[in-house]
Amino acid sequence: MHLSESISSGFFFLAPWLVFAPVTGLLINLIFSKSFKFSENMVGAVASLASGAAFIVSALLAYSVSLNHGEAVSVPFAQWIHIGTLQLDWTFRVDSLSTTMMLVVSGVGTLIHIYAIGYMHEDVRFKHEEGRFTRFFLFLNLFIAAMMILVSGDSYMMLFVGWEGVGLCSFLLIGFWFEMDTLARPSWANSNAAKKAFITNRVGDFGFLIAGFLMFWYLGNSFQFDKVFEAAKTAPPEIIVAITLFMLIGVAGKSAQIPLYIWLPDAMAGPTPVSALIHAATMVTAGVYLVTRSAPLYTLVPQAQYIVAMVGAGTALFAATIAVGQYDIKKVLAYSTISQLGFMVAAVGMGAYVAGMFHLITHAFFKALLFLSAGSVILGLERGHHAHAHHAAHDDNGKKKKEGKKKEEHGNHDDHGGVEHGETFDPGDMRNMGGMRKTMPVTFWLYMIGTLALAGIFPFAGFWSKDEILLDASLHFSSVYWQLTIAAFFTAFYMGRQIWMVFFGEARTDAAKHAQESPKVMTLPLVVLAVLSVVGGALNLPFEGFHNLTHWLSHTLGEVEGLPLNVPVAGISTGLALLAILISWFIYGRNPLKVNQPDPLKKPLGFIFTGMENKWFVDEGYFAVIINPFKKISAFLADVIDWRFWHDFVHDTVILGTYNWLSEIALNEYADQKGIDAFANWLGDATQSVSATLRKLQNGFVRSYALSVLLGVVLILGYLIFK
Amino acid sequence: MNTVPVDYYVILSAVLFTIGAMGVLIRRNPLIIFMSIELMLNAANLVFVAYASVFQSFSGQIFVFFVIAVAAAEVAVGLALIVQIFKAKKNINVDELNSLKG
Amino acid sequence: MNSDLIVFIVLAIVSIATAMGMVFSRNAVYSALFLVLNFVTVAVFYLLLGAPFIAMSQITVYGGAIMVLFLFVIMLLGAESLAPSKALPWQRPLAFTLALVLVVESVYLIVSRAQPNLGITAPDASLNTMDSLRQMAMELFSKYLLPFEVTSILLLVAMVGAIVLTKQEKNGRES
Repeated sequence: MHLSESISSGFFFLAPWLVFAPVTGLLINLIFSKSFKFSENMVGAVASLASGAAFIVSALLAYSVSLNHGEAVSVPFAQWIHIGTLQLDWTFRVDSLSTTMMLVVSGVGTLIHIYAIGYMHEDVRFKHEEGRFTRFFLFLNLFIAAMMILVSGDSYMMLFVGWEGVGLCSFLLIGFWFEMDTLARPSWANSNAAKKAFITNRVGDFGFLIAGFLMFWYLGNSFQFDKVFEAAKTAPPEIIVAITLFMLIGVAGKSAQIPLYIWLPDAMAGPTPVSALIHAATMVTAGVYLVTRSAPLYTLVPQAQYIVAMVGAGTALFAATIAVGQYDIKKVLAYSTISQLGFMVAAVGMGAYVAGMFHLITHAFFKALLFLSAGSVILGLERGHHAHAHHAAHDDNGKKKKEGKKKEEHGNHDDHGGVEHGETFDPGDMRNMGGMRKTMPVTFWLYMIGTLALAGIFPFAGFWSKDEILLDASLHFSSVYWQLTIAAFFTAFYMGRQIWMVFFGEARTDAAKHAQESPKVMTLPLVVLAVLSVVGGALNLPFEGFHNLTHWLSHTLGEVEGLPLNVPVAGISTGLALLAILISWFIYGRNPLKVNQPDPLKKPLGFIFTGMENKWFVDEGYFAVIINPFKKISAFLADVIDWRFWHDFVHDTVILGTYNWLSEIALNEYADQKGIDAFANWLGDATQSVSATLRKLQNGFVRSYALSVLLGVVLILGYLIFK
Repeated sequence: MNTVPVDYYVILSAVLFTIGAMGVLIRRNPLIIFMSIELMLNAANLVFVAYASVFQSFSGQIFVFFVIAVAAAEVAVGLALIVQIFKAKKNINVDELNSLKG
Repeated sequence: MNSDLIVFIVLAIVSIATAMGMVFSRNAVYSALFLVLNFVTVAVFYLLLGAPFIAMSQITVYGGAIMVLFLFVIMLLGAESLAPSKALPWQRPLAFTLALVLVVESVYLIVSRAQPNLGITAPDASLNTMDSLRQMAMELFSKYLLPFEVTSILLLVAMVGAIVLTKQEKNGRES
């Protein structure tokens, strides 16, 4: 590396502040928020500024890289582990790929921080506990720090530290309302979801770790990227295949691919900003980043690349079908995220790293936009629910008093909800919505932009990135191309279904009728994201003279030829998307859903829709195949092996019995009583009798003492004579 | 030659010393024990003077002089002690004075 | 046989006899008187050995002062003889045996290391007694001055001790 001269020109010395900035925000909130009585806005502002500082550092680093003609720069920060041939350091790698990820993470992260200030305050589960509010932003800042370590690490181990760090933050934030479910009823549902995410990720991390071990043994005793890639060129290909496929398990865990995607839908139990930040825009793309970063490894083994591409494509199609049958607004988006991650993994699997990264960026924009808008919808519905419930309960009190009382009613929402509606109102269920384009116009338009971008309609960001992937697939892997095209069709269909169900038709509940628009602190970040969703495609326009992202990333990923726009491919996908939206209008838009009416697809599709609705029973399958046998084995091990055999038999009978026998009979009776005791007693008795004998010598007669003196003299003289 | 070998004096001294020691051992009267001790001291003095005469040195005589002085002091204290013991016990038989027996 | 040797043998027999008499007399007064006789014979030996000052000291201090003190105490306490005692019946024969062994051993040692050329000649009448006494005094007050002074302190302490031990409390209480 050209460290000295590179660091002198540019802002590379700022690299550690990628991590320090969010950590500083975290520490300020952690240490001072209680003693100085920070208001909620203050806590949020500190956290957002910390994240924003990380964004500024990222921007400066990106600028420095461009000044440096895209040359990668390692910024050493501290020694970590030096044992034998293992030389691990905290070194930040600043190149075009890592700065791209930094910008996405910190940029989208900052917007979501700002949004969260407004969102968290109104979350139905928020009971005005200052500590909870602060804790949420602590976790968010911790996440940004961990993600920065992940994307800026110069070695696989530093990446792994970040990888585990974001996994921890994901666990903490999914289970943020750990003592209740999504509707604030006391339950362990949220913490179970968090555990599911964490354990599923453990399975993936296991794969990543084995890949790391193999890498250390066979690829030059190092984890440093450049050294590993250098050693890989001469390593046997089967080792590389093993490493890349084990790494794929890690990718499947973190980026929610088949077969480890099951945690992501449950992760929606976390607050909506978390779903947007961690489970849509940034953390789940870590797997895509890992494959992209390991591009020199994957390029060496086409068979592994093929498997990666097939996993991605299969996930994209599979998740898209499930999304069609979901009713929860966030669950639809969750499966959509899995599906879009499948697109990215397929892209990087095919070797189209730039296309994968491009889709990663645009997806971060529009999926964050969609999630945050969904959060806005949910809160709007919540407000409507409150306003209506309040109105009914305090009709005679007049409207003015309502505003003042609203706050205190917040706390016992469950009570009056239960009394007046008979059952808990679910503000996330799309069947409770309808016609909300009138009550929440801003959110509606933002949601529309996100939907069109996700569906891949020209000229929104999603169109360009998705098209690039499809184009690559059509050139290299026709099976992947067809799977992705069908997935794209389903994508447009379920998004259309969502738009018609949520925003069009008549309000199906009173809450939807009285829904209220969200405050500016929430909508402003959404506007920024919406603008990015519209123009994000400009990053890498497929025309001669553009291909900006391609050129930018080529400094890290090697020279890639920017593909020109392929009109047939783009046309087919756009046409299919428009067709899907049209079909969804026929089914859901022309005849809006009535109250309590079943989904109109249920009848014609029959058991297929039941399958979609129930996620193709994958969770149940996992339960039947893995979890229940595992539980049975656990119960067997616990009861029969551990308790009855190990505890009752081995411990109680064999070991305890042996010890009892030893101590009672062998040690106590023979060794102790008859051996040691007897010897000690004999010693005492012997001493007594000897002294009883000897004391007779002390007869008190001075003359006998004198006699002994004389005896001594005689003996000594005798000795002198006879010596 | 009117000489007496010094060995004769030494033998005489040894015999006197042994008689004194025997007196200490067999008599029960502390006064006689005391006198026996004086006899032993005398036996020792005799050797001192004999060798002083042989080697024509006064150190032996001076030692005897000191011994006589110390013996005088010893007798003064020792007899006072015996008187005290007699006052306390109404008896001076050393065989009765065995309260230190084990 | 030279005359000195005859004198020595006679005196030796007398001194051994008086010593035996001292030890074996039933009456303590006889013992004391035997001892006086013994001291006198030893004093004669000292004269034969050319130590007239020591001989005089022997007679005045031992034969005079000390033995008077002994006789005084014997008579004061009425301890001429003691009642027979049954204690330590084995003491007497054992003591005899050991004494015999000791004599044999010491004589054997002396004879085996005999120094026959070291002889002692009794001084004749021409000896200047004052001369030798002067020489001895010079040595005593120069070389042995400190021991001499310490001896004086010892005598003082012994005197004080004897007085303290025998002193009668005024109020009748024995100390």
